[in-house]
Amino acid sequence: MYRDEGVVLRTAPFAEADRVVTMLTRRNGRVRAVARGVRRTSSRFGARLEPGTHVDLQLHEGRSLDTVTQADILGAYGATIAQEYARYTAAAVMLETAERLTSEERQPALRLFLLLVGGLRTLAGGERPPSLVLDAFLLRSLAVSGYGMALDECALCGEPGPHHSLSVPGGGVVCPECRPRGAASTSPAAVRLLADLLHGDWDGAEASDARVRREAGGIVAAYLQWHLERALRALPHLERT
Amino acid sequence: MYEGIVQDVIDELGQLPGIGPKSAQRIAFHLLAADPADVRRLASALTELKEKVRFCRICFNVAQSELCRICSDPRRDPTSICVVEESKDVVAIERTREFRGKYHVLGGAINPIGGVGPDDLHIRELVARLADGTVTEIILATDPNTEGEVTASYLARQIGPMGLTVTRLASGLPMGGDLEWADEVTLGRAFEGRRIVSA
Repeated sequence: MYRDEGVVLRTAPFAEADRVVTMLTRRNGRVRAVARGVRRTSSRFGARLEPGTHVDLQLHEGRSLDTVTQADILGAYGATIAQEYARYTAAAVMLETAERLTSEERQPALRLFLLLVGGLRTLAGGERPPSLVLDAFLLRSLAVSGYGMALDECALCGEPGPHHSLSVPGGGVVCPECRPRGAASTSPAAVRLLADLLHGDWDGAEASDARVRREAGGIVAAYLQWHLERALRALPHLERT
Repeated sequence: MYEGIVQDVIDELGQLPGIGPKSAQRIAFHLLAADPADVRRLASALTELKEKVRFCRICFNVAQSELCRICSDPRRDPTSICVVEESKDVVAIERTREFRGKYHVLGGAINPIGGVGPDDLHIRELVARLADGTVTEIILATDPNTEGEVTASYLARQIGPMGLTVTRLASGLPMGGDLEWADEVTLGRAFEGRRIVSA
């Protein structure tokens, strides 16, 4: 038996009335556990194990799957986010990304966990545009997983910027000398927005216009897909506002 | 590992949801020992299931002809449509005997991580059903979980501008439980949906 706190990433029906719940936990990384009877309307778990919920957990260790024995809500972000479609699709991309970046179960990923809780809390708060919250989360979660995008200096030679070409396989902006074939020309405003999102400068990020946000969003999506190698299932359903 | 037909049956049964290798083996040997007439009846029911059961042209509920039993019943109220995720939800609501309108089965719920978006559900067909102005109320009876809630809010956004009454099934405390065990979300919903008790 052990205690932890976690964010529910995904659930899948299991047996008659159970679900397998995939969670990113604070101390144990990604964990999969069975929640018995959770699909019954009279289940004691109620809405505690819905995707996007931050929960305090008690789990029983099993041979292949653990079992959730108790759960208490620390933040019911999923329920709030589900009220609005654009926010929900952004949250779905965040949850799937968190799962994909933790390729091995039980490998602690504290910084990713904290980023996810912060990202969901901000999305649920509704004070910032969902697409910016998502892109900030994606850039930072890739950075803490070792795939940080170089935005201030050339990703290949380190020449200080600003640079106006971006190479996804190269790892960020590239100088004219290093510019590989296939590198895209990028507007200075989009590079600035990406840097603001990565460094948490919300005043700068929110001052950007819709065209720049779309351009930056496209770069983040391409960068994410490149590093995850396999396409995210939630990304085609993302509604950018 | 068994040989030939026995192993084939075990393998086929093992493909079914919730049936593991041990259960598949137990069912296969049960069928082997059962009365041949019972097994023939099972085989014929399975064949008929695939050959004769289809989806209603209007509401996508399971049917044995072009229209399901409910869509072809003139006594059902055509002004009210209850939107559900699956055919089994129709059966659950019919058991209550509270609803006399018609249904629309979406075929699932929006679940981006599962690769299911609005275009994968029968939403376009629902909007088309509303075009002639007969329907005045839509009841959103998707599951009370995150995917169901999102699907309901998406539908409300699509249908709302058409000027219909769009309602959502009440959610809150289940009968037979204790208040202290309710989670914050469920209890919060129960407060939102509280009603006046007449004296």
